[in-house]
Amino acid sequence: MTARFGTALLRTLNAGILPYLLVLTHIGLGTALVYWAPRSNIAFLVLISSLFSLYALKTTRRFQLIVGTVLALLIIPVIGVRNIFYLEVIFQISVFAALALGLNIVVGFAGLLDLGYVAFYAVGAYLWAFFGSQQYFVLPFAPGTQPSNLPFLLPGDAFYLFIFIAIIVAALTGILLGLPVLRLRGDYLAIVTLGFGEVIRVLANNLDKPLNFTNGPQGITPIQRPTMPEWAVQGFNDLFGPLIGHTVSTADMYNLFFYLAALLVIVVIVKVTRRLDDSKIGRAWTAVREDETAAIAMGIPLVRMKLAAFAVGASFAGVMGVLLAASRTFISPESFSFMQSIGVLSMVILGGSGSIPGVILGAAVVTILNLQVLQGFSLYLSELRQSDAIIPLLNFAWKDLSTQLDPAKYQRLLFGLILILMMIFRPTGLIPAKRRMRKLADEQTGGE
Amino acid sequence: MKQSVVAVNIREMLRPLGQLLLFSLGSAIVLSAIVLVLALILDQTAVGLHLHDRYKLSLYSYTLVNLPQVVIDGLTIGFVYAAIALGYTMVYGVLEFINFAHSEIFAVGAFVGVEILIALDATGILRSASVGMAYAYLILAIVMGMAAAGALAVTVERVAYRPLRGAPRLVPLISAIGVSFLLQDVIRLVEGLTTGQFNRIMPTFGNFDQRLNLGRFTLGEANIALGISVKSIIVITAAVLMLVGLNYLVNATRIGKAIRAVAQDRPTASLMGINVNRIISLTFLVGGLLGGAAGVLYALKFTRIDAFVGFFPGLKAFTAAVLGGIGNLTGALLGGIVLGMLETFAGSYLGVFTMGAAGSEYKDIFAFSILIIVLIFRPQGLMGEHVGQKA
Repeated sequence: MTARFGTALLRTLNAGILPYLLVLTHIGLGTALVYWAPRSNIAFLVLISSLFSLYALKTTRRFQLIVGTVLALLIIPVIGVRNIFYLEVIFQISVFAALALGLNIVVGFAGLLDLGYVAFYAVGAYLWAFFGSQQYFVLPFAPGTQPSNLPFLLPGDAFYLFIFIAIIVAALTGILLGLPVLRLRGDYLAIVTLGFGEVIRVLANNLDKPLNFTNGPQGITPIQRPTMPEWAVQGFNDLFGPLIGHTVSTADMYNLFFYLAALLVIVVIVKVTRRLDDSKIGRAWTAVREDETAAIAMGIPLVRMKLAAFAVGASFAGVMGVLLAASRTFISPESFSFMQSIGVLSMVILGGSGSIPGVILGAAVVTILNLQVLQGFSLYLSELRQSDAIIPLLNFAWKDLSTQLDPAKYQRLLFGLILILMMIFRPTGLIPAKRRMRKLADEQTGGE
Repeated sequence: MKQSVVAVNIREMLRPLGQLLLFSLGSAIVLSAIVLVLALILDQTAVGLHLHDRYKLSLYSYTLVNLPQVVIDGLTIGFVYAAIALGYTMVYGVLEFINFAHSEIFAVGAFVGVEILIALDATGILRSASVGMAYAYLILAIVMGMAAAGALAVTVERVAYRPLRGAPRLVPLISAIGVSFLLQDVIRLVEGLTTGQFNRIMPTFGNFDQRLNLGRFTLGEANIALGISVKSIIVITAAVLMLVGLNYLVNATRIGKAIRAVAQDRPTASLMGINVNRIISLTFLVGGLLGGAAGVLYALKFTRIDAFVGFFPGLKAFTAAVLGGIGNLTGALLGGIVLGMLETFAGSYLGVFTMGAAGSEYKDIFAFSILIIVLIFRPQGLMGEHVGQKA
């Protein structure tokens, strides 16, 4: 019933030039809101959701492309530099979107549940963290005892090279992990990959002896960034200075740089994923996912296809790991816990496994819930705690509320709820994959 | 006629005990032999000299002195894993489904038991309790923990798993992971809201912390003291009782027959007049009860618990269940013992044998390596039947 109402609504909205006007109004409104109220979360949500209306409303492809480019390359940079927190949120969304897209290949396309996906992310991050910092010269020193005047092993610009090295190294790690375990049945595979994820974390935590590779729980810092040319900062200031209202520092330019880099990576990943999905390999993955025995009978090299899925998924995570290490200039094992793996999984499940726009939407929703909503709620609670307000009826003073109740720390609750509710009520996700939609449609017409 | 049924029942109950003894002894002897041989080999190398500089003791004697304690500790932790593994294997045997939330059901049992003891402790009756009453209170805590965990397990099945029955294999597994995460934070929320603390400490009472000295003897330059704490005896006894009781329930009662029938073929069992849903609920109830008891025992042994207490023991118990042959009750116990032994041996000796380069912090990796190796080379486990591809 609601679905029919939804399609009817979409049909009216998609008539004539109405969709074009709607998209432009949405973007304009969002931009204006964020420009005039740079601290408002709601304004930010309006702007971000305009990407969704650009996707959902039916406009020509060229229009989508042009508007999308303007939004990503002009509006968001200007607005983001005005309030660097937005840029940070968008960067996080991009990182998680790339991770979710990678996991989507393994879970959504090939149907292999990987519960240790952040391990590959960690491989990429630690790769650049080791070679892009002083860590090579710290090797003989226990954590905290190294002299402070150690040189860097490689120049910061080696970052670009390591993006490509990370692809190879992460893919090899994926293959190495995959070789022994891919013969296992799905549920066993899930547990073994979980174990592998934990192994990587334990190694990162403890490989500070006998040789100090990872600096243990303290993590590696500082990690270098590629050099930022002076003319780029100058040029950006000359172009957009009046719009932004203050001079942009080099630190802000770095945020912008990493946002653009993440964006570029995502565009490439989406392109690669699309091509793969429509290729022979993609169809083989679907076959493996739907029925392994039948796939073998049709002559699909099962192990090789599964390995390919693992390698491709891992390489996406590896690239993002390098980006993360460089943008944060600091890496510690904490960022690669089991919870992160499940977080990425919940993005894939929420958006719709196997669906590229769905997965990106899932990453955006979960990240925003995580960074904006939960943290906003936390701030609100701590404000209440400082006030003298009392809950009516219960006669409970907010002041007495335990400080342990910090919603920002209850991500597990969020991830858990997403997984359970999606599995029970909408296992195909918010935006189901096209192939699944076709299947659903077939089933419906068959039933009538 | 009647008598022979009783005899069969008793035989069914006691049969696993022999295997249990055999495996405990077997793994203890094999592992001891391995470390002793290693110690002998490494004694004259840098490893032995390094140790000699520090403790004025040859590597061989060092290994030998610690050996009895390592075996006893290994057995105790092994029985804890085994008690948790029974819950995994029970549910897997019937539904072919990894109940990922079992580790949190275990944690809830631990928290309920410990909270009751803390409440009793606050009134002061724990401290003044006689030894007999202390045991009564402990049993009360275990029973309450079991009840809470059992009820939770049944609820979780009803809410999060039953609607997904018949869906592809990974769907209920993902839901189970969700339940696991949800419960972790719910425990944290409840604990944090009530006291502002995330962890709970088991109150000390009764004679559980005492050590029984079993003897002392000298072997060359080594002076070996044998001892076991009362806690460990309780843990081991309780786990064995759980296995015996469960084995009786599954193999010698009508309900057990129904459980086995549902495990073998659900539609046919349903045609034979078995209420499949009720049997599956019952399976979760039994698994939850065992998990809850294991939780309180874990708290007794390790004293300190927090909301994430279930995660690693849960994973290791699953490894134990797979190692023993998932779906096989005795196998779960054997797997637990072998894993507990391996882990304790690794934790105690790895550091010494590698001159401190890799110590007990790697013992968690051990469990996973075993899991991977078993799954590759013997997916049916030590005792299990062949696990085929079931469509």
